[in-house]
Amino acid sequence: MSNSVPGSAGVIATARLIAAKDLRVERRSRVLLNQVLPFALIVMVMFAFALDSDAVLERVAPGLVWLATLFSVLVMVSRSFAVETGDGALDQLRSAGVPATGIFIGKMLALMVQLMVLVALLVGAAVVLYRAHFSWAGGVLLVTTATAATCGLAAVGTLYGGLAAGAKGRETLLPLLLLPVVAPVLIGATRATESAFGTNGIAISEGWPWLGLLVVFAVLFSVAGAVAFGPLLDE
Amino acid sequence: MNTSMSKHSPRDRVTGTPFTRGLGVVILAGITLLIILAIFVSPADVNQGESVRIMYAHVPGAWLAYLAFVVTGISSVAYLWKRTRSLTWDRIAGASAEVGVLFMGISLVTGSLWGRITWGTYWTWDARLTTTAFLFVTYIGYLAVRGLGGTHQQRARRSAVLALLAVLEIPLVHFSVQLWNTLHQEASVAGRGTDVEMDGLMLFTLFLGVVVFTLMYVWLVLHRQRSLALDDMLDDSGLDNALTARRAEAQGVAR
Repeated sequence: MSNSVPGSAGVIATARLIAAKDLRVERRSRVLLNQVLPFALIVMVMFAFALDSDAVLERVAPGLVWLATLFSVLVMVSRSFAVETGDGALDQLRSAGVPATGIFIGKMLALMVQLMVLVALLVGAAVVLYRAHFSWAGGVLLVTTATAATCGLAAVGTLYGGLAAGAKGRETLLPLLLLPVVAPVLIGATRATESAFGTNGIAISEGWPWLGLLVVFAVLFSVAGAVAFGPLLDE
Repeated sequence: MNTSMSKHSPRDRVTGTPFTRGLGVVILAGITLLIILAIFVSPADVNQGESVRIMYAHVPGAWLAYLAFVVTGISSVAYLWKRTRSLTWDRIAGASAEVGVLFMGISLVTGSLWGRITWGTYWTWDARLTTTAFLFVTYIGYLAVRGLGGTHQQRARRSAVLALLAVLEIPLVHFSVQLWNTLHQEASVAGRGTDVEMDGLMLFTLFLGVVVFTLMYVWLVLHRQRSLALDDMLDDSGLDNALTARRAEAQGVAR
């Protein structure tokens, strides 16, 4: 197979180039800024309509932050691969002998950076709209949680996005494939964020074990993605 | 179908063999015996009464669904491993997943009905139940990916990788739901009474159910695997037929 030719330096260089390319595409097209972030915000407002109670909203705020993140991930992954498949760019990268692992890591990093921005905005929205309590002590836990969770989401999103890329009907297939897999992230990140916000009087220290789950998930799927991405694309 | 496959011998066009016919007869006899034992002969449960009879369909169904997904996983590995690579493994994986989804659906429905009668609720957020539901959805997604199109090899590789990812996903989901559950729910209904003493005849009926369902699984997978092979052959011959037709057209123009 072609990805045995370049060494690990090639993988890292490719990853850096792909990530920079994806972020440059975003900086110039502003799809995240002008479309995905407003979408996520309107989802947060809609949750408030559906639940219709300040007390309930305050209690479920952490879960809603991560649920809105999951919905946005679907849109962002579709976008991330629409860029690649539009002009057959992904096929050309592969036929040029670019290592698949490098492409995977690059796209995953770019997605992770964009997800971090999204989560920061959603946490802010939860504080403003749902009266979530943000403290500096919980902030450390929150940032670590967000890093681990977005890493896991980006890995799974890139992997399944690559799987669905180029296939007919991928828009409807991606949510079906992706949502069951990311259930552990929703559970872990929600519980950890509850501790960080102090929802229902949960102590901050109770949040750290959940972080373990998120880290395990992120590591497992990053490795699985780096290994499996090549076979998925080599068709 | 018969006309388009004319270049293959008639034996290729059927999915039954003497073995599967014999197996089918054994299964029919087994099902008859199972129904008689499960509904009429075996005793009612002390606590659950007549509703315990759901168990004879529910437990074998669930066992089979998990067996089917293990077979899908193993066949996917066999396909991805270069030395054993063959589209037959891919078709076994696909056939097994289809049968597994069917039986998982049956066990989820019978399980929730049974739960309604004995626990008073259709659903509980027990780790085993939730994992089963996730497994169900995951393999529905797997079947959708199999239907994406492309060449047979593309389909085989894509779905084999996906099946292996599902093997990674399911323990994680199970573990995280368990973690979530132990902190938020004190007692889990499904875990209760696992070490009950069972009547000998009930145990035998359950055992018979597992055996009959497993044979049924083998029968279904063998047939489905062969019909998938016929599907693939039809795809290939469709292309050949089109090529022959175009060539004939081109010759007609040349003359």
